[in-house]
Amino acid sequence: MTDSKYFTTTKKGEIFELKAELNSDKKEKKKEAVKKVIASMTVGKDVSALFPDVVNCMQTDNLELKKLVYLYLMNYAKSQPDMAIMAVNTFVKDCEDPNPLIRALAVRTMGCIRVDKITEYLCEPLRKCLKDEDPYVRKTAAVCVAKLHDINAQLVEDQGFLDTLKDLISDSNPMVVANAVAALSEIAESHPSSNLLDLNPQSINKLLTALNECTEWGQIFILDCLANYTPKDDREAQSICERVTPRLSHANSAVVLSAVKVLMKFMEMLSKDLDYYGTLLKKLAPPLVTLLSAEPELQYVALRNINLIVQKRPEILKHEMKVFFVKYNDPIYVKLEKLDIMIRLASQANIAQVLAELKEYATEVDVDFVRKAVRAIGRCAIKVEQSAERCVSTLLDLIQTKVNYVVQEAIVVIKDIFRKYPNKYESVIATLCENLDSLDEPEARAAMIWIVGEYAERIDNADELLESFLEGFHDESTQVQLQLLTAIVKLFLKKPTETQELVQQVLSLATQDSDNPDLRDRGYIYWRLLSTDPVAAKEVVLAEKPLISEETDLIEPTLLDELICYIGTLASVYHKPPSAFVEGGRGVVHKSLPPRTASSESAESPETAPTGAPPGEQPDVIPAQGDLLGDLLNLDLGPPVSGPPLATSSVQMGAVDLLGGGLDSLIGGTNFVAPPTAAVPANLGAPIGSGLSDLFDLTSGVGTLSGSYVAPKAVWLPAMKAKGLEISGTFTRQVGSISMDLQLTNKALQVMTDFAIQFNRNSFGLAPAAPLQVHAPLSPNQTVEISLPLSTVGSVMKMEPLNNLQVAVKNNIDVFYFSTLYPLHILFVEDGKMDRQMFLATWKDIPNENEAQFQIRDCPLNAGEDSEPPTPAPRLYPGPCTDWGLPRPCDPTEAASSKLQSSNIFTVAKRNVEGQDMLYQSLKLTNGIWVLAELRIQPGNPSCTLSLKCRAPEVSQHVYQAYETILKN
Amino acid sequence: MIGGLFIYNHKGEVLISRVYRDDIGRNAVDAFRVNVIHARQQVRSPVTNIARTSFFHVKRSNIWLAAVTKQNVNAAMVFEFLYKMCDVMAAYFGKISEENIKNNFVLIYELLDEILDFGYPQNSETGALKTFITQQGIKSQHQTKEEQSQITSQVTGQIGWRREGIKYRRNELFLDVLESVNLLMSPQGQVLSAHVSGRVVMKSYLSGMPECKFGMNDKIVIEKQGKGTADETSKSGKQSIAIDDCTFHQCVRLSKFDSERSISFIPPDGEFELMRYRTTKDIILPFRVIPLVREVGRTKLEVKVVIKSNFKPSLLAQKIEVRIPTPLNTSGVQVICMKGKAKYKASENAIVWKIKRMAGMKESQINAEIELLPTNDKKKWARPPISMNFEVPFAPSGLKVRYLKVFEPKLNYSDHDVIKWVRYIGRSGIYETRC
Repeated sequence: MTDSKYFTTTKKGEIFELKAELNSDKKEKKKEAVKKVIASMTVGKDVSALFPDVVNCMQTDNLELKKLVYLYLMNYAKSQPDMAIMAVNTFVKDCEDPNPLIRALAVRTMGCIRVDKITEYLCEPLRKCLKDEDPYVRKTAAVCVAKLHDINAQLVEDQGFLDTLKDLISDSNPMVVANAVAALSEIAESHPSSNLLDLNPQSINKLLTALNECTEWGQIFILDCLANYTPKDDREAQSICERVTPRLSHANSAVVLSAVKVLMKFMEMLSKDLDYYGTLLKKLAPPLVTLLSAEPELQYVALRNINLIVQKRPEILKHEMKVFFVKYNDPIYVKLEKLDIMIRLASQANIAQVLAELKEYATEVDVDFVRKAVRAIGRCAIKVEQSAERCVSTLLDLIQTKVNYVVQEAIVVIKDIFRKYPNKYESVIATLCENLDSLDEPEARAAMIWIVGEYAERIDNADELLESFLEGFHDESTQVQLQLLTAIVKLFLKKPTETQELVQQVLSLATQDSDNPDLRDRGYIYWRLLSTDPVAAKEVVLAEKPLISEETDLIEPTLLDELICYIGTLASVYHKPPSAFVEGGRGVVHKSLPPRTASSESAESPETAPTGAPPGEQPDVIPAQGDLLGDLLNLDLGPPVSGPPLATSSVQMGAVDLLGGGLDSLIGGTNFVAPPTAAVPANLGAPIGSGLSDLFDLTSGVGTLSGSYVAPKAVWLPAMKAKGLEISGTFTRQVGSISMDLQLTNKALQVMTDFAIQFNRNSFGLAPAAPLQVHAPLSPNQTVEISLPLSTVGSVMKMEPLNNLQVAVKNNIDVFYFSTLYPLHILFVEDGKMDRQMFLATWKDIPNENEAQFQIRDCPLNAGEDSEPPTPAPRLYPGPCTDWGLPRPCDPTEAASSKLQSSNIFTVAKRNVEGQDMLYQSLKLTNGIWVLAELRIQPGNPSCTLSLKCRAPEVSQHVYQAYETILKN
Repeated sequence: MIGGLFIYNHKGEVLISRVYRDDIGRNAVDAFRVNVIHARQQVRSPVTNIARTSFFHVKRSNIWLAAVTKQNVNAAMVFEFLYKMCDVMAAYFGKISEENIKNNFVLIYELLDEILDFGYPQNSETGALKTFITQQGIKSQHQTKEEQSQITSQVTGQIGWRREGIKYRRNELFLDVLESVNLLMSPQGQVLSAHVSGRVVMKSYLSGMPECKFGMNDKIVIEKQGKGTADETSKSGKQSIAIDDCTFHQCVRLSKFDSERSISFIPPDGEFELMRYRTTKDIILPFRVIPLVREVGRTKLEVKVVIKSNFKPSLLAQKIEVRIPTPLNTSGVQVICMKGKAKYKASENAIVWKIKRMAGMKESQINAEIELLPTNDKKKWARPPISMNFEVPFAPSGLKVRYLKVFEPKLNYSDHDVIKWVRYIGRSGIYETRC
């Protein structure tokens, strides 16, 4: 008999047929029918209509049939809760069955039926089963408590099941103990504060006894639970370690890893001078190596964990380099992980072998793997100074292969080597330059440009090389553009006579033709610097760079410690804390390693964390990418930064100099021609530092303006003012609904939850239309984007300025306040078009003193082709005038009209008077205020005139601002 | 814990779907199919996170097994469970294929209900499972109360792997020492890495609840014993081996091994893997491969490979196969070998040289001329290593079984009455020489 035939019934009317079969008198036929139902269920067909018929088959003494019916019940009970009650009687009866297998089956299945009504009936049978004489029933009932808790936690507490469960920890049967531990651990996880597991030396002792006797899975549950315990002193920690170490010889890798977790955690409490500490270290290595002969999937899990262990305690595996050599047939995910660990273990002792291997890998097929291998060679050079020379020559060999991606990767790492060992390997530059043309990846191009700029004085044709890049400047990625800008400035400072033209060219490309703010900013800074004080410029731009650190890609120490507590679990595979990928309250509790508490009297010197680099010895860290000051000093090309971006103090000093020195040496200009006056920052004479603060202020200035486009988000609440919570946002209006688009970033070290938002009363009654929905807790460095719908039915109070909005945001840490200005056009409603007659009548009706007139200057719509390009506004940051270079629509009036219409400013009429276009427009605010406008546009003249008439003249100013914003964007 | 378990065929159709937790919906089934089975790229990780749901998968022939969860589960445990699941299914109905899974889907659901409760793995020893999950489900009515409680105590008990009351007329046991020797050698003949991973597989047909004790020439044990007479230490020291690490079947008392390094256990009935071990020192490499590859111009390669057997002349190696990779642009191959047969297999991009038998301390040679099509491919040929397969009748690690003692206090048979067989087989694992 084969069951596969059940998968093949696909004809119509099948449900009807099944129904008939289910109600058949013949047992065999019934069973066949239920099997068909289950097969349909498996492939995803909806067979819930058969519910009553299937449940009718439940009353049977055929165990196989019973199990099938139960399976069906578990799937569909939720969709048919009332019908599911029909099954209760059978369950209750089965829980009394003389056969323990049937009792257990009933209690197991009942727990899987997630219907509230059923849970009430479940309590009594469950209570009996928890005290059943048969261990098989008890172990099943123990898990059932966890199931019930998941459905109705209160019920479980009220019924006292938790206490019964705790009693089961002392059960005589090891499997009952293991399941009780698993159930309790899970329940405890959702109640982090409760002292549910209440581990004490006595209960630990019981668990350790059960550990020796239960199944492999039970051992995992118990070990995972033990890992949550904190021994009271080092003696207890040692005695637990001694009883856990035999597990390292278990055939099940999960048992081994969980044992490793307990040992790694408790070792933290042991004194390093202890003999036992050394013994334990020695015992850990062999089982970890053995994990690498398991199946590839497990190898992957093991390698991800070893990566953590090696970072935490490098001494464990320092002699085991060879086992991480990549095998030709390893799956790619195993290869990449092995490579990572090889680099971490590389030391002077084994570097020769490692290099030989890496060279071998660099000729393999998988592109990702080859790249990583090439990069690894560079990292070896940086890590082991003695090997640097060999690494460089290996890289040169690889460059000779001319395989495109190998060459590019090699150039990227050579740049890092130059940073680490300045003035040592410059002889290779010539070879690098030969490959200039083959570089097509931004990172490689940027690296090459950096090298040319840095060593411009030794490369005869540096100007030619850089110039060749300049031709396609606008097609390059930002990374390359920034690097090119800096490199040319460096070149200029080194060879001022020949490269004046080049530097002017790049500065104008960066400041005038680019719409990338970073690039423009950097361009302006250089420009100002060069025009005011070339000597200072030299000091800044050609400053000696801090050396880069030896280790890269290290996991941040607190995260590493947390991950060590999660060895073997998904968190250790992802290298992320559970809060980053688990929803809801579970797993959010942060775990940390136990502190050292010695029972012995020996007062030792305060011990630093046993990682490779204690906190005090990290001078070589370069500032994080995106750090503005670091950026300006062109330090942004370094490899990924290790650890937090500390130790930038010296760099900051330089930055202050930059602005201080700039003032008193205006005469310093040798043969340098000042850039076009327009670009010279107007606030040059402003107090020191204002330039920088300007830079930082800009963001808030831009975001609050907005056109029909969504304005870039501006920082409303800086993290400094809100205990690590940073809020930025903007306002949008889309098809009649207003919303506030928020971006919340957690820059603190703790998780943030329980967000709520509230507005103060404001001029137009803006209020949140829904609560602030932040679904998951916000973990450190995480960002969420939320769109908060707004209504205009809140309470009204006139604000100064009119469009001021005061906001309060709450989270689990505190309440924070900030205020922001919203652009008025989000309040322009869709039915704001007045008919002509009405418009005329209203225009006349409104007294003339209510009329306000404004000039909109530099309106980009209106700049004719033949007219002069507008002079940039005398500001460091050109602000809204970003699209000078963009193509313009032919008819400026038409363009303006359509642009305004998309923001609900409607053109009622249009006429031409004396060569000027006049647009008559109307708009209505959410509170019913009408505003009438006359817009005068003169072809060829960049400014236009706006006359506004409104019964509430206070709004005119803000309507004008809205006009300006819309037209200029 | 595991939230759901799905089995798919190679097309991504669901064959088995069992959900244990409320947070896993039906859409998870499709998410895995779309993002992993139907993904265009090669699988880059056995763990995939899609929309905050984690999928663990293993593949057996063209069947996909996927465990799904939304929690921070013990990842190693999930994979161990999936392998175990495969073992259990194989023990019930043989090869894991679409056909077999469809034919046994009711059984699989029954097994899944038993070995995974609310996502927590339960006893999954096939020996125990087979006592109460049978393909004839009606059995339960005929069981006596004693039988039932015997089943439950076995499933939950300390010795979950063996049932009471086993009787054999002839008490017999077989020990197989199976080793796979792994090697990575540089073209110059330098050993880059070598290790032996071995398994001791026991097949026992013993009555009652026999207490067994297994002994081998483990260096640590022998040195401990040999402390009394220095003479013996030096003598046996030669024959003892250093085991880097070993793991045991769950029947072995680990605490006893940890304290006394003695391996004692009550074995499951029938075949099981008693221990696995790994050694890296003093390995006997049964074969040495000496490659010589010469590029003659751009369109021709000359390959010469010599293999040397390195063990007692009286022993015979079997099933010897040498695989010499050829470039992708090979147009023709001519081979001459001294012994055995060699063939160029275009579909595998390799020359496969097979020798049925070869005695120790011999050598043999193959010469090949490979014609290449001219290509403008810039990328150099990666030169994959030459790999080798073989089987030898000894343990390359040097492991020797010293004794296996059987005590059964209740029944009246003694250690001498048990018939014992020991066999050593050394096979090639990944045995590669770079060229």
